[in-house]
Amino acid sequence: MNAPNQSGWKPTSPVTGAADGTNTVTGNKALMLEEPLIFEIGNCETTGVDLPEPDLSSNRLGGFARDAEIGLPGLSEPETVRHYTRLSRQNYAIDLGLFPLGSCTMKHNPRVNEKVARMPGFADVHPLQPVDTVQGALGVINELAQWLCKLTGMPGVAMTPKAGAHGELCGILCIRAALEAKGDAREVILVPESAHGTNPATAAFAGYRVENIPATAEGRVDLAALKARLGPDVAGVMITNPNTCGLFERDMKAISDAVHAAGGYVYCDGANFNAIVGRVRPGDLGVDAMHINLHKTFSTPHGGGGPGSGPVVLSEALCPYGPLPFSELHADGTLTLVEEETAGERHPHSFGRMSAFHGQMGMFTRALAYILSHGADGLRQVAGDAVLNANYILRSLEDVLDAPFGASGPCMHEALFSDKGFADGMTTLDLAKGLIDEGYHPMTMYFPLVVHGAMLIEPTETESKAGLDQFITALRSLAERARAGDETLKAAPIHAPRRRLDETLAARKPVLTWSEPEVAPGEPSLSEQGGS
Amino acid sequence: MTRYFTEDHEWIEVDGTSATVGITDYAQSQLGDIVFVETPAEGATLTKGGDAAVVESVKAASDVYAPVSGTVTEGNAALEGDPALVNTAPEGDGWFFKLTIADASELDGLMDEAKYKEFVDGL
Repeated sequence: MNAPNQSGWKPTSPVTGAADGTNTVTGNKALMLEEPLIFEIGNCETTGVDLPEPDLSSNRLGGFARDAEIGLPGLSEPETVRHYTRLSRQNYAIDLGLFPLGSCTMKHNPRVNEKVARMPGFADVHPLQPVDTVQGALGVINELAQWLCKLTGMPGVAMTPKAGAHGELCGILCIRAALEAKGDAREVILVPESAHGTNPATAAFAGYRVENIPATAEGRVDLAALKARLGPDVAGVMITNPNTCGLFERDMKAISDAVHAAGGYVYCDGANFNAIVGRVRPGDLGVDAMHINLHKTFSTPHGGGGPGSGPVVLSEALCPYGPLPFSELHADGTLTLVEEETAGERHPHSFGRMSAFHGQMGMFTRALAYILSHGADGLRQVAGDAVLNANYILRSLEDVLDAPFGASGPCMHEALFSDKGFADGMTTLDLAKGLIDEGYHPMTMYFPLVVHGAMLIEPTETESKAGLDQFITALRSLAERARAGDETLKAAPIHAPRRRLDETLAARKPVLTWSEPEVAPGEPSLSEQGGS
Repeated sequence: MTRYFTEDHEWIEVDGTSATVGITDYAQSQLGDIVFVETPAEGATLTKGGDAAVVESVKAASDVYAPVSGTVTEGNAALEGDPALVNTAPEGDGWFFKLTIADASELDGLMDEAKYKEFVDGL
């Protein structure tokens, strides 16, 4: 009964032409296993659990009992395990190789983090436990908070935001609360062209009107244009530093001073903190709020491997408005939580709560393990090596790929190239698809928008020189093919489980639910085939 | 009828006090395959240079700005079901919205076709 694929369904092999013996009957290619959708292999008669027959003679559903099939596929446990294991083998992951997505900081996730996070005292606690039974967990939150304040030179930190954009929202809501407390109804947030795409979305979500500030020819914020726009209607600016052109905003202090003089606040997008951790303290640059992606700079899993976590460091001016709850360390070494019940006395100006509980506990333990295992000197080296690796890529490829800001000096943690010099008809997308054939996840592409056909590559510090050299060799070969107009690149990927997908059709006519395909008259449907 | 162009690659065709707005052929070629268009609602008041519509391609989402101030009289409903019209006929059936112009003098700073071509050639 429980034999896999009872329906006898056979996937269509992506390769045609069996004459040379390269095709197989199953569609599998040795360890490259084809896998149908779960709905195509499951059927209602199979189950992975053995439950007693329910007594349906009476229920308390008041007439709401379901009278049709629920439509979920039934699979045995081994079928389920194999299905997801087979799919996972068609995926790419940081544990398989270099993952050069720019502005994503896909660095290695050290195993010591995992060991610490799995300790029962951290892994098995519940956020609703009495606080005197979770003093160790609160201690982790508190110690991590102190490290984040120290590394950024900021007096306070909100630990509850769940990811980068959530942290941005937290920071902007603090700015809003601070302005409202002064009775100041400013309406505009300025966002430079070189900022992350989430920044304008955050400002708009918080009720602000967004205005762009142009970039200079060398890829940095146009300070004169920014100063010219400042005024009594500007609540603040959101600046990504280092920016998405891979450059450090050298005028950051001057920008902050100008914004403060005009009565506004400075939000810094800290997604690229990996380039400057241990070397630059945003507090010294006049930043009022900055989120820190623990899942980037502090190596917690990311991109399907785990939830994000985006604590927000706050300046003296914004600290009173930070969200609830937070942990508070007392003189006797005990920790308590400041929540709504106690906030009236301890934290009366908070803008409110963003998260049900204390934040992403599992990420806090990992991030603290990362910080403690590296130490201050190790973190400083992280930034140095991340920048060195990116510059190695930038300078190794600038003879075959156009580096629009190559003359602006060293890049920070990511190298930015454009499609200038490609033969007519060859695109950044073709090169990205070619990278898949070479066994790499593609880089960030078509972002930032200020660069034509942008390719943004962030190798991180965890790649060896040998690993970088192999990547550079692959990218050099693809760049040369794009410059030469090699039409075979248009067909890439050739070696992936599926060939090039129609992204335009998928965006224009998305099919988000599975339904049984129509079958030709006379042929049994999949479910009929799948019967016993 | 006269057609004007902006530096943000919108075109506006003026017929008395009413006008039709869209994005240029150059704009659609840079954006690539358009997958979604959001046009302003009828009756919306637009300010010259302010956000008027949103256009999304496989590469990016971009704002479309109002070339002049005015009141929207119609959004192009055809784009909802067939955003590809912006690729195939950007300066025809792929128009975005029509509006009643509030102040005709705002047209003065815009480019004519020859000037816009020169502008694009210089990019």
